Amino acid sequence: MSARVEIGGASVPRLPQHVKLRYDETRKQWVILAPERVLVPDEIALEILRLCDGVASVSTIVDMLAAKFATPRAEIACDVQEMLQDLADKGMVVA
Amino acid sequence: MSAPGAPLAVLAELTHRCPLQCPYCSNPLELERAAGELDTASWQAVLAEAAAMGVLQVHFSGGEPTARKDLEILVRHAAGLGLYTNLITSGVLLDPARIASLAAAGLDHVQLSFQDSRVDGGDRIGGYAGGHEKKIAVARLVRAAGLPLTMNAVVHRQNLDHLGELIEMALAFDAGRLEVAHVQYYGWALVNRAALIPTREQLERATAIVVEARERLKGRLVIDYVVPDYYAKRPKSCMGGWGRQFLNITPAGKVLPCHAAESIAGMHFENVTERPLKEIWQRSSAFERFRGTAWMPNPCRTCERREIDWGGCRCQAFALTGNAGTVDPACGLSPDHEALLALANAESAAPPPPLRYRRIGDAPKMPPEPLSRLGEPA
Repeated sequence: MSARVEIGGASVPRLPQHVKLRYDETRKQWVILAPERVLVPDEIALEILRLCDGVASVSTIVDMLAAKFATPRAEIACDVQEMLQDLADKGMVVA
Repeated sequence: MSAPGAPLAVLAELTHRCPLQCPYCSNPLELERAAGELDTASWQAVLAEAAAMGVLQVHFSGGEPTARKDLEILVRHAAGLGLYTNLITSGVLLDPARIASLAAAGLDHVQLSFQDSRVDGGDRIGGYAGGHEKKIAVARLVRAAGLPLTMNAVVHRQNLDHLGELIEMALAFDAGRLEVAHVQYYGWALVNRAALIPTREQLERATAIVVEARERLKGRLVIDYVVPDYYAKRPKSCMGGWGRQFLNITPAGKVLPCHAAESIAGMHFENVTERPLKEIWQRSSAFERFRGTAWMPNPCRTCERREIDWGGCRCQAFALTGNAGTVDPACGLSPDHEALLALANAESAAPPPPLRYRRIGDAPKMPPEPLSRLGEPA
């Protein structure tokens, strides 16, 4: 019986094997393929998911996004963690 | 009118053969025999057509899809096309070697059905002695092979009071997802409706259990809940709308907007062996018939929910009124809605009649009488 994945700064998130981020050529958009689900991530979710490589920690992901969008780290840290927790609760991300 | 968008998913019903005999089977009453099934090459061609037109997911289903010896070939083919592959199975034909070979073929996910939480109920409802224990073993084997698992539980008046136990089973199996699907009344389930329809009180208790479990198990188990809409105020958005997101291919290659569509009398469904899949999707009369909102009667036509529930379910409208083009009686705005509620209340309060099991060549002659004969004219 698995426990809930709790996302913190030190967590190293990745997509589980059965969740696939894929470019949909027909609809010209990125999609997340999961059991009986097709989700279309918004731009921010997509930026975050592409950094979930099983190597970078949440803290590192926040650093990278802060640098990329020239935004203070504190402004996005909570949002990133919340979004990853939400995805983890839906089974779309593991850590 | 512009061409419709591509479907997201295909339900590939590889066969109608199945060791189980569930009395609510979603297959049609007239089941396809093995000799009428598409061969391996035909399925491979259809999968390639589906991927090329923009389909993202394929659900291998049946009958029991593992009854097809070429399932691994088809899974490998679909995975190679970039399709997300899901196996919808009863599990009773699976063993460790078969599960390993399916995983090696690139299978992404397994959905395993249970008929009850208890051995006696599971074997009785599925009509297959020893099935329940076999399924429990298979659930563990699927997880041991590293495949993600959804447990599917079709619920009705004869097992709904075991819902708490079914949720515990899903946790014990380490399933990531549990699908609690109330029986939808078409085909075999319609024949057995009086034996299966829950009381409103039973339904409300079950819904409360799901709501509580979802909160308690957040992050551990995703619970999808398909409600029975006889007691609803508004109909379900069946298939996300006729011919909008989904298509179904029968064992013989007929292309349907949903698995129950053949229950609607007088419709012609085209076959993948006779016309390209994309053309059937875009232009066949069956797909055009109830696509979008132009076909809608009043009050659907001007309803603010017309592009939310897409007029509900055409098969249900036909099953209950004899007219597939009328308002889904599940909708509170349907003139047939009160008759439907009265029927649900009456059938669920009476003692359940014996189950009529799903068997090839054993199609009941007379489905239940349409609602219209209870009151409103069709």
